[in-house]
Amino acid sequence: MHDVLNAKAKASAVAPKNVLTVEGLKAYYINEHFGVRREVRAVDDISLTVNRNEVYGIAGESSSGKSSLIKTLAGAIRPPMRVVDGSVKFDFGGREIDVYAEPEQLKPARWRHLSYIMQGSMNVLNPVRRVKHSFHDFAYRHMGLGGAAFWSKVRQHLERLGLDPDVLEAFPHQLSGGMRQRITIALATVCEPEFIIADEPTTALDVLVQQDVLGLIKDVQARMQASIIFVTHDMSVHAAISDRLAIMYAGRLAEEGATQALFDNPQHPYTAHLIGSLPRIGDVRIRKSLPGKPPALSDPPSGCRFHPRCPLAIERCSKEVPQMLPSATGGRVACFRAGEAVAS
Amino acid sequence: MTDLLKLDHVTKRFPVGGLFSRRTMKAVDDVNFTLSAEKPEIFAIVGESGSGKSTLAKMMLGNELPSEGRLSFDGTDVTTIRGRAAREAFMAKVQPVFQNPFEAFNPLTKLDEYLFATAHRFLAANNRDAREAAADAALQRVGLSLAEVRGRYSHELSGGQLQRIAVARALIPNPKLIVADEPVSMVDASLRMSIVNLFRELRDELKVSIIYITHDLATAYYISDRVIIMQKGRVIESGDARTVLEHPTQPYSIALKGAVLPPDPAEASAIIRGRQVVEA
Amino acid sequence: MKILIDLLRYNREFLLGSICIAIILALVVASFFAPYDEMMTYVVIPDMPPSAEYWLGTNSRGQDLFWQLAASMRNTLMFGVVVALVSRVIAIAVGLVSGYLGGRVDQVIMAINDTLNALPNIPILLLLVFVLRDQMSWPILAVTAALLGWQHDSRLIRSVALSLRNREFTRHAVFSGMRTGKILWREHLPYVMPIVFYTTMNNLIWAIGLEVTLSILGFSDINRPTIGGMIYWANAHSAMVAGIWWWIAVPMVFVVILFLGLFMLAMSVNEYIDPRSRLARMGA
Repeated sequence: MHDVLNAKAKASAVAPKNVLTVEGLKAYYINEHFGVRREVRAVDDISLTVNRNEVYGIAGESSSGKSSLIKTLAGAIRPPMRVVDGSVKFDFGGREIDVYAEPEQLKPARWRHLSYIMQGSMNVLNPVRRVKHSFHDFAYRHMGLGGAAFWSKVRQHLERLGLDPDVLEAFPHQLSGGMRQRITIALATVCEPEFIIADEPTTALDVLVQQDVLGLIKDVQARMQASIIFVTHDMSVHAAISDRLAIMYAGRLAEEGATQALFDNPQHPYTAHLIGSLPRIGDVRIRKSLPGKPPALSDPPSGCRFHPRCPLAIERCSKEVPQMLPSATGGRVACFRAGEAVAS
Repeated sequence: MTDLLKLDHVTKRFPVGGLFSRRTMKAVDDVNFTLSAEKPEIFAIVGESGSGKSTLAKMMLGNELPSEGRLSFDGTDVTTIRGRAAREAFMAKVQPVFQNPFEAFNPLTKLDEYLFATAHRFLAANNRDAREAAADAALQRVGLSLAEVRGRYSHELSGGQLQRIAVARALIPNPKLIVADEPVSMVDASLRMSIVNLFRELRDELKVSIIYITHDLATAYYISDRVIIMQKGRVIESGDARTVLEHPTQPYSIALKGAVLPPDPAEASAIIRGRQVVEA
Repeated sequence: MKILIDLLRYNREFLLGSICIAIILALVVASFFAPYDEMMTYVVIPDMPPSAEYWLGTNSRGQDLFWQLAASMRNTLMFGVVVALVSRVIAIAVGLVSGYLGGRVDQVIMAINDTLNALPNIPILLLLVFVLRDQMSWPILAVTAALLGWQHDSRLIRSVALSLRNREFTRHAVFSGMRTGKILWREHLPYVMPIVFYTTMNNLIWAIGLEVTLSILGFSDINRPTIGGMIYWANAHSAMVAGIWWWIAVPMVFVVILFLGLFMLAMSVNEYIDPRSRLARMGA
């Protein structure tokens, strides 16, 4: 393991910083059903970069388009959803892959360089086979090790994550939800990928288990110096685990920046609301919610998509689309009135 | 002092194992608390999965009967409620709000149907005008109106709006108690507070008591008067909400509070770094 | 109406199915204008091949095949439709109620269901024919077939009803004060309709097949023209050996058109009324 770490440290000295570069990405659902055409703009002009050794959080509510975004990043979209414009490029330690220009390059990279942690552990673990079979199915061909060497590596990996190697013999239904999720994390990290996409991995978990699972993810990430895109609607989870954070609204990015900076001094009114509306033990002040309802992606508002619900909206907001520009706190923000305080 | 809801050593057992097994497990174990009819309050039941809180909710709604102990509503033991008339009289006084607003409404049924049906059954609204008036009044109380909701299907609205309609529907029979089982866990963060604040208004203005079941300590802290913390069917700690949640005294409740992530990056990341696995 | 036009325009199966059924229906309508009494024999020159005068030829009994076919289609279809409708009503009622009530009631009803299902259809119908002999008539046959045809489908409907019972919107409907009957009719029936439609088509095809089988074997009122009856007479007169191939070919070709048409219609309409595709169209 030390050799691998040293090799990675040497590699990082020369490797470019951006493991993931997304430019002007647009992915729409185009649906034609009995003569009715619907275009749902789930991902509408998104550009972002993720560095090495970083947890990049994506926050958004339902209908923000974040699930579609990750599917697009993972190259996992199918008709009626299509990439209409833009690019997604990975750089795995020198090995560059453009997901939509050369899709066949991505397949061999899956799991070895790019893996996933999903919300329901039962989406990953085959319920009628023992856990060890899932490890075999996912990881064996990537590791390039013979039988005994492979299992020894797997057991080592499990122990390092604080899991009893005997779980390999169990069936998924014999284990608790938290345990299964920890195994899912072990499964996603056993090949030591450079990039992990985590989609609401702790959402259905109890608070105590969530604490443990988040800690586990953070440990593993730090040890492997991997990059993680962590998607969740829960802002407190982002506070705990994300280094940088992007806020998504109606298929576009509203703000992006270092997590601490975002929480201390949010520049976009939506960010300010998301953070300010969270209740907190010890704080009895009244919280408010946003008026209006989340936008329909098939028929979004004109101009800035947030303007119907925005306390700072002016006429310009309904006509022009604000671009992502550098913000006062070192990140980026898409708002004509960025940084102005919202009267509470 | 009449009791609105009284739980007296309530226990619920379920059979486990195969067809011929006689083993049972206790989903709810010796739970006691009382809600007074004079003073409406928001009573929170906090617990993780497997704590028994959903089973307790079902018993309060009359969908399950206690195996031991006595659960009485307005002086009447729930086990004596038999027959359609008695059941409907009970339902008029105790109404639910369910967790998943998208599941609670049949996607093929228009939303106003639920409101009209409730008005018809519980308010004896025999003609169309009476039903519409009752529905509109209830919707106004939650900040909506019949004009906005008429003819709509569940997929046309957001989770927050659907939950508000669900609350409006629950208010139509003028109930004394609303049992809300995780009412905001599936609602977007930006809309959550409107529902939570609504519960407060129901208690203060309409004098309705609310049983608020949740796993989220922060919202429980925010609106509840009293709270009980459950684990594996037993009540671990109970009392005034602010006191219990700010200064828990039992190991489990202390660990639970310690695991809650505050919306502050420095504190939250410290919590996940110092994690310990609490074996349940 | 708009639905029909949409279906015709965008769904090829519906179009093809409609064309097939249109042919059949045209025949049925034509049967009311037949110049000859369908029951009579030797009204035209026998054994004539298809020509301009006799469109589908004539058979050895001196009947014009075109008009025989038209009458047969009408009789066969009527039988099938009656059987399908009666057995649907029974299947829906039993399936919905049993699935919703669950528990002991469900077990008892399903036990009766399965027992009846295990009864072999053809032998029972044959038994009926032999016992009733002269009093045998199409209505009795139809009712008996209907009573034999609902068991399989009621189970399908029951399984949908069982899953609906546990969904949150059912609980919600109960607390809204809706009574059982209303819940079954308004909330559950739309989900059950695709299965009902599919099984109706299935049942129709089964009933027609039953009729054809019985008639070929000669166990029904042979004088009244039906598809199976035509084949029976063709066999009785050794049509294939005698070289009168069109006598066998005509009923077979048209029964295939009928079945194909019904099947394609069933598939396409089923897809249309399926709650999932309805929701997709509504924009959910």
